[in-house]
Amino acid sequence: MSTTAATESTAPLPMYHAAGSIKRERRWALIGAYVALAVFVIFFMFPPFHMLITSLKSSAEIADLNGNPWIVSAPTLQNYRELLTEGNYVIHFRNSIIVTLTVVAITMVISTLAAFALARMRFWGSAALATGVFLTYLVPETLLFIPLFQIIGGLGLYNNLGAMILIYPTLTVPFCTWIMIGYFSSIPKELDEAALIDGANHLQMLWKIFIPVALPGILAATIFAFTVSWAQFLYPMAFLVSSDQMVLTVGIVSDLIRGDTFQWGKIMAGALMAAAPPLLVYAFLMDYYIAGLTAGATKG
Amino acid sequence: MADGNLVMQGGSARPQGGTLARLARKRSTLAFLMTVPLLAVIGGLVAYPFFYALYLSMLNKRMTRFIGLENYTFLLSRETFQSVIWQSVLFAVGAVIAKALIGFILAHVLHELPSKGQRKWRGMLLVPWVIPPAVSTLAWWWLFDPSYSAINWAVATIGIPPVAWLGEPSWARFSVILVNVWYGAPFFMIMYLAALKSVPDQLYEAAAIDGATGWQKLRHVTVPMMRNIISITVLFSLIVTFANFDIVRILTNGGPQDKTHIFGTYAFQVGIQSGDLPLGASVSLFMFPILAIFAVFVLRGVTRRSKEMAG
Amino acid sequence: MAQVSVRKIVKAYEGNVQAVKGIDLEIADHEFVVLVGPSGCGKSTTLRMIAGLEEITSGEIAIGGTVVNDIPPRDRDIAMVFQNYALYPHMSVYENMAFGLTLRKFPKDEIARRVNNAARILDIEPLLERKPKALSGGQRQRVAMGRAIVRDPKVFLFDEPLSNLDAKLRVQMRTEIKKVHQTVRTTTVYVTHDQVEAMTLADRVVVMNHGIIEQVGPPQELYHHPKTRFVAGFIGSPAMNFFPARVENASGALRVLLPNDIVLPVPAERTARYQGAVGREVLFGIRPEHLTEVKNLDRDNISVFEVTPEVIEPMGMETLVHFWMQGAEICARIDPTTPAEPGRPMQLAADLNHMHLIDAESGRVL
Repeated sequence: MSTTAATESTAPLPMYHAAGSIKRERRWALIGAYVALAVFVIFFMFPPFHMLITSLKSSAEIADLNGNPWIVSAPTLQNYRELLTEGNYVIHFRNSIIVTLTVVAITMVISTLAAFALARMRFWGSAALATGVFLTYLVPETLLFIPLFQIIGGLGLYNNLGAMILIYPTLTVPFCTWIMIGYFSSIPKELDEAALIDGANHLQMLWKIFIPVALPGILAATIFAFTVSWAQFLYPMAFLVSSDQMVLTVGIVSDLIRGDTFQWGKIMAGALMAAAPPLLVYAFLMDYYIAGLTAGATKG
Repeated sequence: MADGNLVMQGGSARPQGGTLARLARKRSTLAFLMTVPLLAVIGGLVAYPFFYALYLSMLNKRMTRFIGLENYTFLLSRETFQSVIWQSVLFAVGAVIAKALIGFILAHVLHELPSKGQRKWRGMLLVPWVIPPAVSTLAWWWLFDPSYSAINWAVATIGIPPVAWLGEPSWARFSVILVNVWYGAPFFMIMYLAALKSVPDQLYEAAAIDGATGWQKLRHVTVPMMRNIISITVLFSLIVTFANFDIVRILTNGGPQDKTHIFGTYAFQVGIQSGDLPLGASVSLFMFPILAIFAVFVLRGVTRRSKEMAG
Repeated sequence: MAQVSVRKIVKAYEGNVQAVKGIDLEIADHEFVVLVGPSGCGKSTTLRMIAGLEEITSGEIAIGGTVVNDIPPRDRDIAMVFQNYALYPHMSVYENMAFGLTLRKFPKDEIARRVNNAARILDIEPLLERKPKALSGGQRQRVAMGRAIVRDPKVFLFDEPLSNLDAKLRVQMRTEIKKVHQTVRTTTVYVTHDQVEAMTLADRVVVMNHGIIEQVGPPQELYHHPKTRFVAGFIGSPAMNFFPARVENASGALRVLLPNDIVLPVPAERTARYQGAVGREVLFGIRPEHLTEVKNLDRDNISVFEVTPEVIEPMGMETLVHFWMQGAEICARIDPTTPAEPGRPMQLAADLNHMHLIDAESGRVL
């Protein structure tokens, strides 16, 4: 931008505006930018905001058609209290935590080992396998849930939380492996050679050099695995039926909607609490979150 | 990479003929063992189910008889399924175009900001992507409620009559796309922003000295430099949006009159809810050819990009 | 005892491309040997084969009398310093230096003793708790050397260790490396593309080109008595001047005919040596410092001729004069007080006591 200004002052050609207008133009551009941002921030934030407002209302206030849906006149934590003390919400939350933590752990072990082997210890078919990993990542769950329904049934895991632990890695492992291959490949070759001369074997090299050096990448992959597992909806929807086995994403709806009665206050409170863990992870580890998100395309 | 001959590894140090070959063999055995869990996941839970789905889709409803391609021809002849195809394309293409445009604009606007404020704004703009869609769609569902819609309440204050967001077919189609755009636009934004940051400032400075206007810089510097990322992101998003499930399932469950069904939700209804697994499998397999084509293009883009990054 | 023997080693890559074409080299205990040559000459590959980072296609390498062909790097008792330092970014300087000893399960106090000792030698004691990121290039280079020293290995291997440093630091670290070698006296193999580095550091220099050894010898010998055209041109800066020439027998005395009808008499004591070159195509080689302003004409074998300088480069302690002769750029080194101007003809004296004749066909110095 300074260059633009410099060009302006040294070469007052007719095609340019009068000197000084650059500054004014920039100010207007910046104001325009802020207006656009404000519009989109409102568009992006109003659903969660409305979620919060509703969750703080009593059923009576929600049902009052004369009230303003965007403000809460008598805030109450009643919805949260009831969710946490009655019904199966706490069980769903626990199930979500169990499934997510287990899947994250499994994912990280599988993909770290595989990525190290694929990035550094070339063997027969390793290049094809790396490509295959990426293609697997592009296979959506809507393509596989019907045969998996049969397979899960055959294994006797229908309506069993364990089935989620078995299946979720198909969604997390390929992408995590793929981005870790990228992170591992970016470690200079000389580092392995130095470690080799220092006397490390391959597992020591992975554990003492690669994992610590690629820690940001590993963190990004972990966050990715966490968010994907936490948000998964189709598989629990298809394979879990009884409330005590359900995870949050399906549990909220199935328990709080009885026929035509929608307990909107509780649904919104439950949804907000379900959204809290990924939001917290995001708030504290935003850079790693974004790194994981963009790594697939930029890391190669 | 090519000269990565870390051949001498592991084992004891006996100066003996053939030791090296054994070490090399040991090394690739170890490497193979390290990838076995990955192979098990891909082979057992992705590749095998896929081929199983192919087989399944050629059985009759009770899975007792092999009926060839009958399920596919049956589906194609049904008006409901034709509308599913049409709606899936409309949903994916419409949503991706909107997401790409919004993401592009937002990325540019963010890029223009001083870096201090940029983080804060970026943080807020990414929130829709962070909330699990199955959860945030509940909020939209409530916003679209026929009698309590807070959106209708808000637009009523400026005199606009209430809209049947999910009750009227064309509005329902619009609504599912709107929610998908709301959820997915931040992804485009963040991808484009990363790409924008990777364009060297000198290029813009050189263009400015060459006399390029802001618009010309965008056309001749920014877009060509970002072309690969743009196409990867668009193709990738097409795959994901095309195969979407959560939003439609929660908002409309395909209704009204099956007008908002897309492949994923329709397969669920046919296969799981109505218990015709073979027919459901055929419905999802209809997605495969188009997904495969997109996937090949994404892969090509990614390979090309990693070559660019390496060079 | 840690001599290194390299016997007929060959490195061939797929497609039968030979990077190293069967070289022989004996390195004595405590010796500092520098492998030098242009990029792609096979010097790094040779070093990496000694380290065990590259497989040896054929031939044999022995360290301290033991053939190490099939021994993995960690058991060869070597230490290596890399061009980009290869410091572990997540470890402190202390941990970097201790890593090899920790893996070898040395007792803690022994590790501490060795690391502190190496840190003292290299003058990096205040940096031990820092991470590599917080170090300057020169400091990283010292740490990389420290990592090698603590191991007290049989052989030090250096792979272009100074290439990433700026010019000033490079000179400083060069001295440092020499000092360290004089202290620890470990057998050292050092790879560089910079002939000045090779000349200043080495006990013996190994000049490599296209996968073979052109010449091995102490720096002075290489400088004054190159055996091949490649060595003559590679060692020394500015490089030796070459002129296409012919040798003629003029009634018992030999003469060299240069382009532009310049005729130079061959010193009498070399008559026998160059007898065989009579009538053949040769290259006449002379270093810039033996092509000077006219002075001391009373000495033997000085020939004066006239040239027209094109570019004058004052260097301070000397001035370089560049001119063209039949398409070849020639450089002379004159005293800075001698007047010289581009385009104005001047007299130059060639000191034929330091001339070289090279067989044009075989590239051997005659």
